[in-house]
Amino acid sequence: METTEKTKSQNADNVLDHFNLFRQPQYLQMFEKKKCEFENPVPAEEVEKIREWTKSWEYREKNFAREAISINPSKACQPLGAIFAAVGFEGTLPFVHGSQGCVAYFRSHFSRHFKEPSSCVSSSMTEDAAVFGGLNNMIDGLANSFSLYKPKMIAVSTTCMAEVIGDDLNAFIKNARDKGSIPQDFDVPFAHTPSFVGSHITGYDNMMKGILSYFWDGKAGTVPPLERKPVDRINIIGGFDPYTVGNMRELKRLLSLMGVNYLILSDNSDVWDTPTDGTFRMYDGGTKLAEISDAIHSKATVSIQGFCTEKTISYINEKGQQTVVFHCPIGVRATDAFLMEISKLTGKPIPEELEKERGRLVDAIADSNAHIHGKRFALFGDPDMTLGLTGFLLELGAEPIHVLCTNGGKEWEEKAKALLEASPFGKNCNVYAGKDLWHMRSLLFTEPVDFLIGNTYAKYLERDTGTPLIRIGFPIFDRHHHHRYPIWGYQGGLNVLVWILDKIFDEMDKNTIVPAKSDYSYDIIR
Amino acid sequence: MSLTIENAQPVNVKERNKALIKEVLQVYPEKAAKKREKHLNLYEAGKTDCGVKSNIKSLPGVMTIRGCAYAGSKGVVWGPIKDMIHISHGPVGCGQYSWASRRNYYIGTTGIDTFVTMQFTTDFQERDIVFGGDKKLAKALEELQELFPLNKGITIQSECPIGLIGDDIEAVAKAKSKDFGGKTIVPVRCEGFRGVSQSLGHHIANDSIRDWVLEKMAGKKEEFVSTPYDVAIIGDYNIGGDAWTSRILLEEMGLRVVAQWSGDGSLKELERTPKVKLNILHCYRSMNYISRYMEEKFGIPWVEYNFFGPTKIAESLRKIASFFDDKIKEGAEKVIAKYQPMVDAVIAKYRPRLEGKKVMLFVGGLRPRHVIGAYEDLGMEVIGTGYEFGHNDDYQRTTHYVKDGTLIYDDVTGFEFEKFVEALQPDLVGSGIKEKYVFQKMGFPFRQMHSWDYSGPYHGYDGFAIFARDMDMAINSPVWKMTAAPWKTTK
Repeated sequence: METTEKTKSQNADNVLDHFNLFRQPQYLQMFEKKKCEFENPVPAEEVEKIREWTKSWEYREKNFAREAISINPSKACQPLGAIFAAVGFEGTLPFVHGSQGCVAYFRSHFSRHFKEPSSCVSSSMTEDAAVFGGLNNMIDGLANSFSLYKPKMIAVSTTCMAEVIGDDLNAFIKNARDKGSIPQDFDVPFAHTPSFVGSHITGYDNMMKGILSYFWDGKAGTVPPLERKPVDRINIIGGFDPYTVGNMRELKRLLSLMGVNYLILSDNSDVWDTPTDGTFRMYDGGTKLAEISDAIHSKATVSIQGFCTEKTISYINEKGQQTVVFHCPIGVRATDAFLMEISKLTGKPIPEELEKERGRLVDAIADSNAHIHGKRFALFGDPDMTLGLTGFLLELGAEPIHVLCTNGGKEWEEKAKALLEASPFGKNCNVYAGKDLWHMRSLLFTEPVDFLIGNTYAKYLERDTGTPLIRIGFPIFDRHHHHRYPIWGYQGGLNVLVWILDKIFDEMDKNTIVPAKSDYSYDIIR
Repeated sequence: MSLTIENAQPVNVKERNKALIKEVLQVYPEKAAKKREKHLNLYEAGKTDCGVKSNIKSLPGVMTIRGCAYAGSKGVVWGPIKDMIHISHGPVGCGQYSWASRRNYYIGTTGIDTFVTMQFTTDFQERDIVFGGDKKLAKALEELQELFPLNKGITIQSECPIGLIGDDIEAVAKAKSKDFGGKTIVPVRCEGFRGVSQSLGHHIANDSIRDWVLEKMAGKKEEFVSTPYDVAIIGDYNIGGDAWTSRILLEEMGLRVVAQWSGDGSLKELERTPKVKLNILHCYRSMNYISRYMEEKFGIPWVEYNFFGPTKIAESLRKIASFFDDKIKEGAEKVIAKYQPMVDAVIAKYRPRLEGKKVMLFVGGLRPRHVIGAYEDLGMEVIGTGYEFGHNDDYQRTTHYVKDGTLIYDDVTGFEFEKFVEALQPDLVGSGIKEKYVFQKMGFPFRQMHSWDYSGPYHGYDGFAIFARDMDMAINSPVWKMTAAPWKTTK
């Protein structure tokens, strides 16, 4: 839509915003003039030359030889994961000991992904705390949070600043209690979560272990440790999961259908899915504090995402519980394995209703797999999710070509390779642990694929390389409400299948849409 | 407390606001209440400021909306310089969370000759903390130079650990600049723990431009033909294209915009800015430092302007023109006249839908005051406002915008803001992403006044039309009539 000829500017009846305003001739002229006269631009042919060079194998080799700079990595830092775990407990306020800017970032990041409020405080450490330590910040901070936000529990983690200066959370919190900042019996579990170790999934693990060990091992020396008395119940831990709203509810539905006695440790599905009804709920839902203590007695703990819970699971194991670990069960086989393991642990049979659900997912795959079979995929994401998605792609007859995981290590690499080797569809695939999205760019140019699966940041890869993007992962900022749908279980598999198919069909339509040229294949029935 | 409408409403508004502040403070522990009391007040006509303390450390344990010095430097000032690479030096998080999260629009081939929406980090691991990261930084610079040969320069944005472990990033920058034939490499000491908010980061970033860009250029010969009408836009970050809808007006009135700081800006524009005749400053808070420096060092005057809403735009165009000859003054009048019919049409359309609506704001930079005029152009009233990281001079400037009795809250905490909004029941809240969903859940229409909710631009005449449309869509969306279930008593 052009602006009015007379004014060459806006038109009240049809307001143009940035999408169209800057395509008007007066702006195009202005941009050109600015560039030529003032920006000292690189000549267009030089830009083009370098752009072509960055697509080459030569560039790829230089790119992969990088040792010091990380470019567009797909991972965040520990405290983010610690907050993710903490808000899954009833009435829990996450408290990050360190400088306040980090917390502004964490809150924004979650709000942008979930489109929800994300409550978290910090101890607002500044230069004086850097010199003298942050003890006073902890003492005042806990008192203020306790008075203002009336939490049932405050879960403390750290930033890199507090870690570098070596603040001791255990001692600091004890000190704050003694000074009366919080009642002696108020629960303040904690975890050290340095940002220069691991990633957000490490932070999740540390906080989960921190919370369990606080409740099980005597609340930081204030009460006697719990004695385990096994009961017929299982614990479930979800891990850092961008689809937590949909997945947690799906898990609960599955376990209820089976009649399983279960406890979810950190259920943040309600706090990140609160209604708009005139009330702001700072806390909603979550695992009850009494249930955390109770969880020690469960016969087993099931981790849905093993790489998010390495330390937690080995801690629970030490307590004498059986533990089972999955890697983001997506699709038929992974859900089968999950349900059979639950059945084995609990003695509860898998009900017919779930068998029917399974059959429906298989039916959907049978109906649609022709469109996916043999298509080449690149994907990246967190360690567990990439394993889950790879497994599902293989059972759809798709061919994963590049699987990349910035926060994956050797163990992830081995698991991914084993998964790929077990399927004829996996034989052309390479796995890339510790690599970033600029590496992925080189991969996509030198060894192109048909589709890319990843988070919102991959839209730059889609633009650069022309590889259509299927958005699955964390964060998803530029599409709404996907986190409300599960990706686990048979229903979750169906969602993932539909997301993949939708993109494939959109691409088919785009490729056949030109009238009198390619539209003979522009079919109504696919 | 009498709240009868007939007798002198301003008195009642003042008393109501005073009582509200008192009530809110009661919930704090005594020590904290004493501190917060200084940041909450109401504006009283005739006073020289808003009666609040500012630019003081936030209380630990409260939900402050503030960010850190790194956010001020990398996220605001340096990040938008498009042909330079900005390294988030330290652990991965800071770079990740600030990656493409501010809508600093620019034109260029990303990854080849422009780099704004990329995330470069030295991704510190434990060994870098223990042994220091200077060697890694030097290597990172070499790798960048090889992989991105068209970059015009590099900045090193320090995260918290850098200052704490004592890395010498200045030495690395100097050494590598020499290796790369004099390339501009700027070390920026913007560690997050410095200062009390992002504000110090702006200042540190300004100083680093002074020391590592402008001072470096002093005495260097350069081909550049000046005109008497050369100006620079200072302190516009081009959110959704704001600087572009501003620039077009300046060019239409006959000025030549030599540089944009820093939205859609380039290193060359920064370097040439000392040659302009006037620096025109939009975000005073983030870039008054460099403007004052250029005034002292190069004798370039600077003038503040406000391009939100037609009243303030016209005032500002005339103020800017007053620094030039009649040709420009006439140019300003022509621009004002040219856009008047469009402005009239926008106001005719939207004012009836927005007349009398009350707004509460809490933002950063200049917006807590600058947007008030735009709301007033639409018949709306701002009844409460405050700054994330304002200083006393911001609150002095605010007195020109606010009415007697307006509630003022500096570095408002999440708790206070909710209570204030609940009590005053505005028709619209304008703040950031962290506040957005809180107020929407409470049933209040909301606009993000940092990112324009991914709409915009809001600056200039073209931006005002979008602003008006967006405020209407927020306030008059049917969704706000559905928040209460019909079987429940309505609010």
